[in-house]
Amino acid sequence: MSKFSISIRPFGVHAILVEWPNKVDEVILNDILRFSNFLETSCLDINKWEIVPAYNSITLILRQEPIQFDRLIKRLKQWYGECGDSKPKQKYLWKLPVCYDLDFGIDLEEVAEKLSLNIKEVVKQHTENVYTVFGIGFLPGFMYLGGLPKSLEIARRATPRLKVQKGAVGLAGKQTGIYPQESPGGWNIIGNCSVPMFNPKSDNPCFVSVGDKVQFFAIERAEYDLHKIEGEVGIYKLEKTKWDA
Amino acid sequence: MLKVLKSGFFTTIQDAGRFGYLNKGVPVAGYMDSFSASKLNKLLDNKIEAAVMEITMTGPTLLFEEPTYVCLGGADISVTLNNNPIEQYRVYKIIKGDIISYGRLKKGFRNYLAIKNGFKTPMVIGSRSFYYPLTDKSHLGDQSELVYEACENYNAKISELKVDSFLDEKILHVAIGPEFELLNDRQLEQLFAKNFTVAKDYNRMAYQLEQTIEGHSHSMLTSATLPGTIQITPSGKLIVLMKDGQTTGGYPRILQLSDKAISILAQKKYGDTISFKLVRLNT
Repeated sequence: MSKFSISIRPFGVHAILVEWPNKVDEVILNDILRFSNFLETSCLDINKWEIVPAYNSITLILRQEPIQFDRLIKRLKQWYGECGDSKPKQKYLWKLPVCYDLDFGIDLEEVAEKLSLNIKEVVKQHTENVYTVFGIGFLPGFMYLGGLPKSLEIARRATPRLKVQKGAVGLAGKQTGIYPQESPGGWNIIGNCSVPMFNPKSDNPCFVSVGDKVQFFAIERAEYDLHKIEGEVGIYKLEKTKWDA
Repeated sequence: MLKVLKSGFFTTIQDAGRFGYLNKGVPVAGYMDSFSASKLNKLLDNKIEAAVMEITMTGPTLLFEEPTYVCLGGADISVTLNNNPIEQYRVYKIIKGDIISYGRLKKGFRNYLAIKNGFKTPMVIGSRSFYYPLTDKSHLGDQSELVYEACENYNAKISELKVDSFLDEKILHVAIGPEFELLNDRQLEQLFAKNFTVAKDYNRMAYQLEQTIEGHSHSMLTSATLPGTIQITPSGKLIVLMKDGQTTGGYPRILQLSDKAISILAQKKYGDTISFKLVRLNT
């Protein structure tokens, strides 16, 4: 398995950054996930440490005490060398229902026109593709998704909206994603996902983890409304499958 | 029960914060000035995670319906208990019908009111700290009600604490952030020689600073950020993330405030002056 040249640097007194080459690359992400799983299961006391992987980095945070950097950097290098054969966490493919009706996809017509596609083609391409979760942040449950086809790349809106609906599915630059809560935002909105990406009342408030895969599928308005009701009473079941690659 | 007769500008409930969900994008939240808030909890012999009231700029009027003990500290605000002035970092016995009323802000920005055994607002993912929309409310409104345990008799080990006020402190201790090495000599000089003032845009998420330093054109991939992380935008604007700050960001993280510096900054408001002092890391 390939090993990268990693950089390990202090991040204030309570945190340390482990960084891979500055590239959006699934091979790098997999290496990061393998290492972070190894740290979590074999090296660090997870009651004391938080581990935040994203794109080409892992940030390790030790909240209660200052880090002894020299010692930790040495050990991290050693652990990175040892983690080669360890298994990364099981990944899942999540199928997320999106209603692309124009009521939700308020920018869909404009997007189609700008991309020289028709609405059907936009939806087809958006749902055909499997996306990789490269990070979760910005808002609770917000996924940074990689893997958008070039044909759907579109500049963000010139002026951001003050309010974008919870669940709104958007396109911006090389990214697509879901607003997990109502928020200001400048993405082009093409639909709405009927499943909440973050549920503060659940023991597992965000089902997706960094490294997982996401695929959207189109649903009709009636189905969307049904999911919403099922979601409220907690009987909606998401489709997930193990992803081994 | 405690009745909030008048809520003040932005009054919330905060504890030590929400831990373990940074990788799901959940900010830490919790009291902005942890230094003052945890002193108060200690004074009441509370657990470290007891929730306190965070009062911002103008404070509330509070009616207590059960006996308890309280103390307050942080920003210097004139506060009365049944119209008699009360002091900071001193335990007061409360009986049914007592009214605490906040008056004029004299110095600082955030005051904390701690109560024996803490406020019992709902736990959401391991914390009572307000953070909308994880919690139902972003702040307390007029006439809202808060639950606390009645406490008739409590013998405080100490009834008063002498706390050195840091409200006049202007120097923020910082350690290097992961992108510190990207700074050139000019930027370094500007960062550590200049005074900065708090810009209009400052809240529990972030403090923006008025003065800029030389900009940059580094581009990096989104990576983790923390409370106290100082980011630099391409135009040279400095943004200091605070307790409700987003958990990831794409701007270089040049400096990281010390825990105490976060508390010091939390007491600053629009126009206040600060400067940075680099401290060595523990190696």
